[in-house]
Amino acid sequence: MTLSVRIIPCLDVTDGRVVKGINFTNLVDAGDPVEMASLYNTEGADELTFLDISASVAGRETTLDVVRKTAEQVFIPLTVGGGIRTVDDVDRLLRAGADKVSINTAALARPELIAEIADRFGSQVLVLSVDARRANTDSGFEVTTHGGRKSAGVDALAWVEKASELGVGEILLNSMDADGTRAGYDLGMIKAVRAISRVPLIASGGAGSQEDFAAALDAGADALLAASIFHFGIHRIGDIKGYLDRSGYPVRITGRA
Amino acid sequence: MIAILDYGSGNLRSALRAFERAGKDVVLTSDYEVALEAEGLVVPGVGAFGACMQGLKSVRGDQLVRERLAKARPTIGICVGMQILFAHGVEHGDHQGVGIWPATVEKLEAKVLPHMGWNTVDAATGSSLFKGIEGESFYFVHSYGVSDLGKEQLSNSSTLASWTDYDQRFLAAIEDGAFSATQFHPEKSGDAGLQLIKNWVSTL
Repeated sequence: MTLSVRIIPCLDVTDGRVVKGINFTNLVDAGDPVEMASLYNTEGADELTFLDISASVAGRETTLDVVRKTAEQVFIPLTVGGGIRTVDDVDRLLRAGADKVSINTAALARPELIAEIADRFGSQVLVLSVDARRANTDSGFEVTTHGGRKSAGVDALAWVEKASELGVGEILLNSMDADGTRAGYDLGMIKAVRAISRVPLIASGGAGSQEDFAAALDAGADALLAASIFHFGIHRIGDIKGYLDRSGYPVRITGRA
Repeated sequence: MIAILDYGSGNLRSALRAFERAGKDVVLTSDYEVALEAEGLVVPGVGAFGACMQGLKSVRGDQLVRERLAKARPTIGICVGMQILFAHGVEHGDHQGVGIWPATVEKLEAKVLPHMGWNTVDAATGSSLFKGIEGESFYFVHSYGVSDLGKEQLSNSSTLASWTDYDQRFLAAIEDGAFSATQFHPEKSGDAGLQLIKNWVSTL
C-alpha cells in the first residue's frame, strides 16, 4: 500500500469558460469547464482545480454554478481558487461542492485569514497558492502578485514557513518563471520548499514533457498540476500516468484491480 | 431512504449525489426522527474531532447513533464521521467520542501530513464493502487515525478491519454488524468509491 502521486489538471475559468495563456496573458478559449472536468475525470485525473480568474461579481457567481454542476457529476476532489477574501467566501464554495479552496493574494494582505479558515473548516480544506519567481531575496525566491507581474515584497520560503504555522493544509507552488513555457518545472524551487515544509506540495508551472513530471517528483513534489499540456492535447493524463507507472512511481490506474 | 446527517459539517452535496447514484432516495437532515427511521444513516465529518463531536451533539447525533446501534440499523461513518464513533480523539486536546468502538484516534506519525490523496487498502477477507474493488485506491485526507483497534476489547469478535499504510499502518475501514465506517471519502473516490457505496446500500 502506497500513497499515489496525484496528477491535477488546472482549469482557469472566467465567465463560465476555461481559458489558458502563457505567463498569465494572451488568454485563449479552451472549453466548457464542466465538460472538461468530466473528461479529465474519465481520463484518470486524481483531483481537479478550478482557478476563477473572473474580474466581476457576475463572473464569480457563474463560477459557483460551474462548481455546483461539476460536483454533481464528478466524484473526485475539487479545489477552487481565485478571489477568496473571507471565511464566508470559503463557506459558499464548500456549500457549492468544493472540497478545498486555494487562497493567495488575500492571505498575503491579511495572513490571519489562514488561521480563520483553518479554525472553521480544518486545515485540510486550505491550499496556499504561492506564485513565486527567482529573485534577489534571502532564499533566492520571492512571492509575486497580479499573475507574476508584481513583487509582493515577501521572500517565498519565509512566507511558506509563516503560512504553515498559521495552518495551511497543502501548498500549491507555482513558478511564474516557468508558467506556460513547457520548459520543465522549477526543480530548485520545489526542492527548497520541500526542505522546509511538512504539508503536501503540489508543483505547478512549466510541465512540458513526461520526464518533467518525474523530475518534479524526484525534487520532492507530492502532486503535479498542469494546464495547457492537457487542454491542448499535448499529453493525455493516462499517458503521463503510464509513463510514471513504468518508471516506478506509485500512480492510481483505475480499473486495474 | 438514506439519511445523511447534517450537523454543519463540510461538503455534503457530493455525498448526497454519490449516495443517490446507488439508486436510493437520499435526504440531508438534522431531524432526529427522520435520521433514526432511515433505512441507512450516513455520518459525514470534515474538520477537527472536537468540533465535529460538538456539532454532532448539537443535533443529538451521539444519542441517535447509539439508538441506531441498539436497534441494529445500518449506519456508516465517513472520515471524521468514522473517527468520532470511537471512544477518544486527541486532536487539539482530549475529546470523548460516541464510543461505538473502544479505540483512540491518534495523530499519525508521518513526515508529511495530512495523509492526502489516493491510497490502496488491504481489504479484510470477507468484506462486503470492498467486494469487487479490493485492489482499488480511495481518497484519504486526514492527519489522525486509529492504529490500534484494541481488538480484544471489541464486543463483536467478527468485526472486519481493513488497513492502509502511510509511513505507519492504520485503520482504513471497519465493518461491525450494522455499523461500518471508512477513514477515506468514498464519495470522492471516483468509480471505486461509488462501487463501495453501492456495496453498502446493497446490504440495507
